[in-house]
Amino acid sequence: MKRPLIEVRDLRFRYGGGEAALNGVSFRLDEGESVALFGPNGSGKTTFVLHLNGLLQGEGSVEVCGLPVERRNLSAIRRKIGLVFQDSESQLFMPTVLEDVAFGPINRGLSRPEALDRAMAALRTVGMDAAAGRAPYHLSAGEQKKAAIAGILATGPEILVLDEPTTFLDPPGQRALAELLAALPQAKIVVTHNIPFALALCPRAVFFQEGVIVAEGPTAEVVARFRWNFDSAPAKSLR
Amino acid sequence: MHHIVLERWSRGASALHARDPRAKIVPLLVFLTALATARRALPEFSAVLFLLLCAALLGARIPLLAALARAALVLPFAAVFAAVCWLSGDPARGVAVALKSYLSALAVLTLVATTPLPALLRGLEAMRVPLFLLTVAQFLYRYLFVISEEAQHMSKAAAARGAPVRPMASSGARFRAAAGALAVLFARSYGRARDVHRAMLARGFTGRLPTLYDLRFRPADAAFAALASLAPLAARLAVERIG
Ligand SMILES: Nc1ncnc2c1ncn2[C@@H]1O[C@H](COP(=O)(O)OP(=O)(O)OP(=O)(O)O)[C@@H](O)[C@H]1O
Ligand SMILES: [Mg+2]
Repeated sequence: MKRPLIEVRDLRFRYGGGEAALNGVSFRLDEGESVALFGPNGSGKTTFVLHLNGLLQGEGSVEVCGLPVERRNLSAIRRKIGLVFQDSESQLFMPTVLEDVAFGPINRGLSRPEALDRAMAALRTVGMDAAAGRAPYHLSAGEQKKAAIAGILATGPEILVLDEPTTFLDPPGQRALAELLAALPQAKIVVTHNIPFALALCPRAVFFQEGVIVAEGPTAEVVARFRWNFDSAPAKSLR
Repeated sequence: MHHIVLERWSRGASALHARDPRAKIVPLLVFLTALATARRALPEFSAVLFLLLCAALLGARIPLLAALARAALVLPFAAVFAAVCWLSGDPARGVAVALKSYLSALAVLTLVATTPLPALLRGLEAMRVPLFLLTVAQFLYRYLFVISEEAQHMSKAAAARGAPVRPMASSGARFRAAAGALAVLFARSYGRARDVHRAMLARGFTGRLPTLYDLRFRPADAAFAALASLAPLAARLAVERIG
């Protein structure tokens, strides 16, 4: 019996006064597992992942490595979960790539040489060590994504959560990212609309709709069942 | 991208850049105090201070004209006050306000242009400036970047959609377009600032800007701090004696 890394029960959340964004979500992630989160725009995927490290807190229960997500556990939980945001530009806020990647380790109380070692090691893992001294805003989208991932890896997380990591990446960039992530040992949650990417990386998938998980199972089956939602070509009857 | 100019300057490699931030903050405080309290022979004193700052900027290999122009950004604000003084029959006071504002801005700019922000904050922290003030400062700094980035994205987007480069026919239309854009800019900047803050929290941010700067106050720093603090005082004494 594997121990659950993440256990979410009946999670509900609404943004200040608005409609419910999460309407009773239950979810479980086991050790070493990689799960894809599918669902149309506005179905609550981002809202859901923001609950995993307590950036948002709703009703219901969220546990990470056995710790309930509440104020006193937040710093421990944020050590365990590495969240890579959809928009890399918001995530890279220090003046150089190296300083940005060292931001997490220094927050964790590491000394300067240790933090820099960790940051360089993380940059090597993603193949960005040559860009250590560059300014993040001068990098291409793919390089920014890799730098953002390095910033997360440097904190030594047990779980990686990636919100639409392939946005802005060209197809070769998407393949390279899938290979990079597949080689990382951590358990993963990947929010994506990208079927080949999800199939390459995640054996299991869940499908969000209007704030609830309406299906889960092997990724290929979930994709087949919701084929219509992934088709970007207009239906014949519309033409 | 213009908003990173100061940031780029601050990462230079001159002897002034290399000084411990505290060795620059103390002379700046002396400078500002000497300037703020100066009454007699103000134009002469200002000229000497101006030359001192120019020498510091040149020594730090900061482009002089660009720095002088940047400091002039305070002038419109000072000008309003100066104009009020002038109109109320005290032109000397108006001139004094303008001179003091400009030189103060230039002095602060000289510090900021030769000290990377994390090092500066670290220095202020070591000088017991309350943590919440530093936190506010670092957020203001980061969010100013956010706002200017958003503004640049939006003006590119507007240009791409064929917004006129020439002024629009009626100034009313121009004003409405600008006001609309400003509202959207603030909404977007707020969203972006919130995302930046979330990304910081997700990586263990606890309200203190981590820094790669270890402060070390060397003999050279002490010597510089002493000399640079004495300079404005000596200048004031000399000018007031002659004047
Ligand atoms: N800051 C906010 N304030 C108010 N409502 C919000 C906010 N963020 C999201 N929402 C709303 O919550 C719902 C879920 O949004 P969420 O961003 O979680 O969807 P998503 O599945 O991530 O969509 P996408 O695929 O577009 O990223 C949407 O109806 C959205 O409009
Ligand atoms: Mg989303």
